[in-house]
Amino acid sequence: MRLPTYRRDEESQPPVHWPDYVSNPGRAPKRPLVLMPQRLTEITGPLLGAERVGQHDNDLTVQHVGEPQGQRIVVTGRVLDGDGRPIPDTLLEIWQANASGRYHHNGDRHPAPLDPNFSGVGRCMTDAAGRYTFTTIQPGAYPWRNHHNAWRPAHIHFSLFGQAFTQRLITQMYFPGDPLFGQDPIFNSVRDPKARESMIASFDLDATVPEWALAYSWDIVLRGKNPTPLENEEDEDDD
Amino acid sequence: MTEPLVTTSSQTVGPFFAIGLPWEDGPFVVPAGTPGAFHIAGRMVDGTGEPVPDALIETWQADPDGRFDHPDDPRGAVSSGFRGFGRCATDVNGRFEFLTLKPGALPGQAPHVDVSVFCRGMLRRLVTRIYFPDSDNSADPVLALVDSEFRHTLIASVAPFGYRFDICLQGQDETVFFDV
Repeated sequence: MRLPTYRRDEESQPPVHWPDYVSNPGRAPKRPLVLMPQRLTEITGPLLGAERVGQHDNDLTVQHVGEPQGQRIVVTGRVLDGDGRPIPDTLLEIWQANASGRYHHNGDRHPAPLDPNFSGVGRCMTDAAGRYTFTTIQPGAYPWRNHHNAWRPAHIHFSLFGQAFTQRLITQMYFPGDPLFGQDPIFNSVRDPKARESMIASFDLDATVPEWALAYSWDIVLRGKNPTPLENEEDEDDD
Repeated sequence: MTEPLVTTSSQTVGPFFAIGLPWEDGPFVVPAGTPGAFHIAGRMVDGTGEPVPDALIETWQADPDGRFDHPDDPRGAVSSGFRGFGRCATDVNGRFEFLTLKPGALPGQAPHVDVSVFCRGMLRRLVTRIYFPDSDNSADPVLALVDSEFRHTLIASVAPFGYRFDICLQGQDETVFFDV
């Protein structure tokens, strides 16, 4: 039984150990990870989500009686694999701070106002072309005590399944030109400059909604498949 | 062939994912009342033995026949309706639990559950596996990759509710984590 496998792309990923992020050293495992060849469990994965997406889940500005404060934005893009193939019908889940930089979470003690009209949570499925669209509010930056005067650049958290356990990804989307990038150890944990840039959305004038909302576009790339030699070897008995 | 695209980088799930990621039915890989269902439950601790109260644990496993409802399972379609996936945020005591059925053995592999761990402090997912103490694990190729001294961290123990599986991020009983 020869199975498709997914390419590693270590260059693009942050390290396990990154002490600049102060909660990392007490949690990151000390022993090296054990390299595991992918087998059936790793190349399959949950293909679910459509039943979890409600009517207003991809528009975070209409989930309450009133309208949230802040700048309306559209965030749109495609979910692709490493070879540029769109990943259709996959669940995206997002969460974020409100316009003033506060999460709707009891643990967030930042003394900025909560917005009763903004939960900061969204869901959607990609379409047949791998495309997704959210309407939301530009999140604010917020302080987080990692080091003296530490501020997180504005970001939206994204969670994706892709088509296999191996493709599972939780990441953050950033906004172009954020002056806080230089001092943020989370953003800078990704050492490859091209990979860091791939976390930053582009302002997208074409996707703006005139008289209504600005727009950013951001493509998300999940791990690509290794070529499967069997596709061209019809004679070979695979049993 | 064009150059492969850069894989989007992983970033931490942070401390506030609980506003969005937990699902009410997340811990139920199978619905309550499913015949034969049991709990896999445990506790996640950090390097000082303190509970980790802000982690998200996910599981992925074969159905009781050892099959996946997925096009890349070359053994063909299954229609058992088995979700195979679980998601549970840890509570203030670092505890998590899943209601599930025992996965069947896979070709050449002992029954197992793949586990993803996300938490504040980690920039990327940690991956581990749960094996069962009442299965024959002696020929499993993944356990064979693991130093025998640490193999026990991957094997659940029998408990009144099903099986217990603790996750230790560091320390003497540090769980074995995999790079997939």
